[in-house]
Order: sequence, then structure tokens, then C-alpha cells
Amino acid sequence: MVEHRPWNDIIAYAILTLGVFIVAFPVYVAVIASTHDAATVVGGRMPLSPGGHALENYYRAIFVGGSRTAPEPVGQLLLNSFISAIGIAVGKICISILSAYAVVYFRFPFRKTAFWIIFVTLMLPVEVRIYPTYKVVADLRMLDTYAGLILPLIASATGTLLFRQFFMTVPDELLEASRIDGAGPFRFFWDTLLPLSVTTISALFVIQFIYGWNQYLWPLLITTQDSMQTIVTGIKKMLVTTDELAEWQLAMATAVLAMLPPVAVVIFMQRLFVRGLVETEK
Amino acid sequence: MANVVLRDVRKTYTGGFEAIKGIDFEVGDGQFCVLVGPSGCGKSTLLRMVAGLETITSGDIDIGGRIVNQIEPADRDIAMVFQNYALYPHMTVYNNMAYGLRNRRMPEPEIDTRVQEAARILELGTMLDRKPKQLSGGQRQRVAMGRAIVRQPKVFLFDEPLSNLDAKLRIAMRVEIRKLQRRLKTTSIYVTHDQLEAMTLADILVVMNGGRVEQIGNPLDIYQKPATTFVASFIGAPPMNLMPLRSDEISAQFAGDSRAASEAGILGIRPEDFIISSETIVGGIALDLTVEAIERVGAETFIYGTRQHEIQGVAANPGELPPGEVIVRIPGAVAPAIGERIKAVAPRESLHLFSADGRKRIDL
Repeated sequence: MVEHRPWNDIIAYAILTLGVFIVAFPVYVAVIASTHDAATVVGGRMPLSPGGHALENYYRAIFVGGSRTAPEPVGQLLLNSFISAIGIAVGKICISILSAYAVVYFRFPFRKTAFWIIFVTLMLPVEVRIYPTYKVVADLRMLDTYAGLILPLIASATGTLLFRQFFMTVPDELLEASRIDGAGPFRFFWDTLLPLSVTTISALFVIQFIYGWNQYLWPLLITTQDSMQTIVTGIKKMLVTTDELAEWQLAMATAVLAMLPPVAVVIFMQRLFVRGLVETEK
Repeated sequence: MANVVLRDVRKTYTGGFEAIKGIDFEVGDGQFCVLVGPSGCGKSTLLRMVAGLETITSGDIDIGGRIVNQIEPADRDIAMVFQNYALYPHMTVYNNMAYGLRNRRMPEPEIDTRVQEAARILELGTMLDRKPKQLSGGQRQRVAMGRAIVRQPKVFLFDEPLSNLDAKLRIAMRVEIRKLQRRLKTTSIYVTHDQLEAMTLADILVVMNGGRVEQIGNPLDIYQKPATTFVASFIGAPPMNLMPLRSDEISAQFAGDSRAASEAGILGIRPEDFIISSETIVGGIALDLTVEAIERVGAETFIYGTRQHEIQGVAANPGELPPGEVIVRIPGAVAPAIGERIKAVAPRESLHLFSADGRKRIDL
């Protein structure tokens, strides 16, 4: 529908602007709050213009840590988050591309069953199976380790389904040409299927990186040492205080820092991400 | 260099559907064999069985004196050109051609020699660094052929390689494939549903229908002496006119011929064997027709007529003429008017007689 009525445009822009404002204003407040000193933020009247303590706040957040409430500097938490998010994203991609390859290209007994079992796990996210998962991880002595943060979140059906759908669009003749060209199952996967999957892999990477980065419940459960926390659980800890004021300016600086990596991943991989989700030409 | 021999080859799918019902033929060393037939006749399945992409239920396939039933496609020493080309989209033209050689651990200088040579033959020299996406249909087709050539296999297999091209390019590529095959002298098996392609390319033509071979032979022999009514109507365009030999005006014209009268049930005449004349030919046949439609294509004209004594109806199979309708092909553009009554006559030597079920040819 193409219409050119000035009022329509004005209303549309007004609604869009309002939407952007609703989303962006809290982020703006967080950025502003991270540039003032503690007294100003706690004082109750938050200014809406930047203050002069930005460098000091970010330096303390990253390298020193909050005075009492959150002794671990954010630098360590960022690293933890980064390792587990990368681990989850890469691990998921490896597992799901291989399982999709098996399900699509190999004829083995109970192939359909295997596929349906994978499919059914879609209904069982971490939150639902959290007690047994915790028990397994604890028994394997993986509490407070990166393996414990990463492994339970790796297995999931979404990636397998995405790759399966993609593999089904790859023409059979390509496999047959590979067979005639003397490429075995591994060579076909490595030389042909993997390069064709690059955009799908990128799309999945973006989704899973953000999924891993934003994990809250699971890291909260299995990390007890401050040095193993992720940044998302770290922010929460900064605000829980018993007998003194929370250092809001540091919490806000941490929140801003926590936002940056996912934003960077989306910005840098946006082009591939969109192509991976919409690509049809093979 | 090798010959290909098929001995009682059969294919039954797990559901019980029998796609190939016992096929025997031999393609001699360096010959160009074309499998032709309507869609679903099993020709592609048969080719894929030779390639090793489909299993063989029973029978033997022998390439160069070695039974290959249980051998992997890569080890059969064949190369295949696919209908949709099946080029690796992420590889350059050069790598598409070199891939199969690299998998065989051929030394890189030798690969380069072979790819450059294939590129020269196929005039792809300037496109070696491009990706398939940047090529036209005809160029992709050439790359697919190049990928087959560099392997220097014993046998080339072509699975309807021209059907994705436009009409003009198809004719040009057809000639090129033929020239290339003559030059390389590689045994080839080519699948097509286009009878014109089949006629022009084949040394040996295998006409298939319903999983069986209808006729094998030199294309011209098949054209001139079709063994069954299926072959008669499939090879040649427009198709051969087939009409029942009943106790009417036609059978009356065979009154003196006892064999024809006793065994034959169907009479066939090619459209180009008719002439329009008011005089009958001794021993030949004359049909009284009413002109229904005329197609002028320049060098020749097709006249669609109905026989006056025949009941009108619809064709039993697609591609066949409805009963009572006759096509006459005459050279030039001068033709009778629609509705005019004409007499089409054909000499005795251009008549084809078949048994009533159409499965057997009866020579006069």
C-alpha cells in the first residue's frame, strides 16, 4: 500500500519517535548516571546532563571494584561473561551443525526418532530442568568453573532445526557431484556444506552470543565465588546492600559496560545476520 | 576408454515400485549413447545406476570390463554433468574443476595443466576466477562439462544437461557437446526427453518406456523402422500418423496382401511421406481428408485433416493424435484452404504396419 498523505507520515513518525524514546531513555539515564559521583546520584534529583566523574567511575568499575558491596572488579566479570558467551555460542554451533548434518544426510536406524527427541527438547529450557541439571553439574564438580557455566547451556534444538532447514535447501546434486568428485562424508561437510553455511552460522552466533551473555539464573546458581560471576549477575550484587548505600554510579557504569559487547556483536555481524535469516538463493 | 555393458539390470524401490524392468545393452568404446523416453520412463534412474548414485537391485553394470555394482561413484572412473549443473557455489570456476582432482591427490602442476587445457577447449580462460553466480547459464554448463573433462574419465554421463538453457543456446551447446565428444573419443551416455536432441547426438539410440527398452539402434534406423507404435509416435515431430486397420477403406487397399490382412492391426505413416494428389499410387494408400487446420512455419506447412469415414474423438495419450486426425507435412507455404477436401497419398514403401497391440512391427 503506497499512500502519500502528510498526516499519515506525521503520525507514523510521532509513534516511532515515542517508541525510540521509551526504549532509549532508560539507557540514556544509565549512561548519565555513570558519569556523576555517588552523592549526586543518591541525592534524589538525577541531572539529565553528563557529570564530570565518568573516567573515575569507569576506572573504578573495571579495575578496582566497588568499595565493599562488590569487591570483584568488573574487568574479571566481563571476561567471565565473554568466555561463557563465546563458549555457549561456539559450542552450540558445533553441536547443532553436526547433529543436523547427521539427521539430514545419513540414513541410520531411528533417525526420525533422534530428530524428534531433539525437537522435543525445545520444550525443556534450562529453567524447567534446572534442578536435575544442577545436580549433574554439581556431581561432576563443575560448580564455579567455566565448563559448568557453558556446557549445560550448549545443548539445544533451535540450532539443529535452523541448520536442518538450511541443509534441506542445499540441492541433492551438490552431494552427488561431491561423491563423484571423490569427496567422502567428511570432505563434503568441510569443503562444501560448511562454506555454504557461513551466513547461517553467523546468524546463530549472534543469537546465541546474546543468549549466553544475558544468562542470569544459571550463573547465579552455580557460581559461589565472586571471581566466577558473570557481569549480569554482578550488577545485581552491587545493588544488594545491607547497611550502606548502593554505589549506583558504579552499577550504572557496569550496566553500560554489560551492554557494549552484545551491541558490538550485532553491529559488526548485522549484515551476515540478516542474510543468514533471509537467504534463499543457493 | 571403455565400453559399458548392462546385463538384465533391474531396480525395485523399497515401496515395491519397479522402476527398471530388466535392461540389456552395450555401448561400445567411444560411442555416444542416448537414452530417450517420456518423463518417468526410468532413463534418469538408469543413468544414476551407472553413475553409482542409485543401487542396483539385480543384474550387472560393467564399465571397461569391471563389474561396478558395489563400487563407489568416485571409483567408477566416470564423470557426470547434472541438469542443474551442481557447481559448488562458493568455489571459483578454477576450483570447481580442480576439486575432484585435488581429492584424488593429483600434484598441483598437473591439475593446473588439465584445468587450463579444459578452459581452453571450452573457452573459459577469462572466467577461471569467477564464481558460478557471476556466470550465465551457458557458461555454467561449460564449467560443468569442464569439471567432467579434467578428470579424463572412462565414461561421461549427461543427465538432461541442456534442459535449463533457452532454445537457441540449447542447439549451440548440442553441437558443441557432439564435437567435444568426437574429439575426446570418450564413451558417453546421455539422457534426454527431447527426441530431436536424441536423434542428432546419438551413435546408439535407446528408446525407453515404462522401465523397459522399446528399441535400440542407430537413430536413422529407428526413425525409418520403428519397432513399436510407441517408438513410432515418440521419435519424429510431428509424430507418425497411426490409424487402425479395420474393415474399411484402408484394409480394402490391402486386400491383395494376406499377411497385412491377417496380422496387422495398425497402420502408420509419417507426415512427410504423404503427397497431396488426386491420383492414387499403385500398392500405396490414399486418404480422403477434410482440412481442419493449417500451420505454416515457413519452409514447410503442416495440414491437420480429419478422415471422412472415421469417428471423431480425443487422443488416448498426450502427444498422440486424436483418432481420425491425420497430419500431412508438405514443403513450402502453399496449402489448401480450411474446409477443403483433399486426397493424401503415400507410396507402399513408406507404410508401417504394426500388430493390433502396437508391440510388434510387421514388415511388408
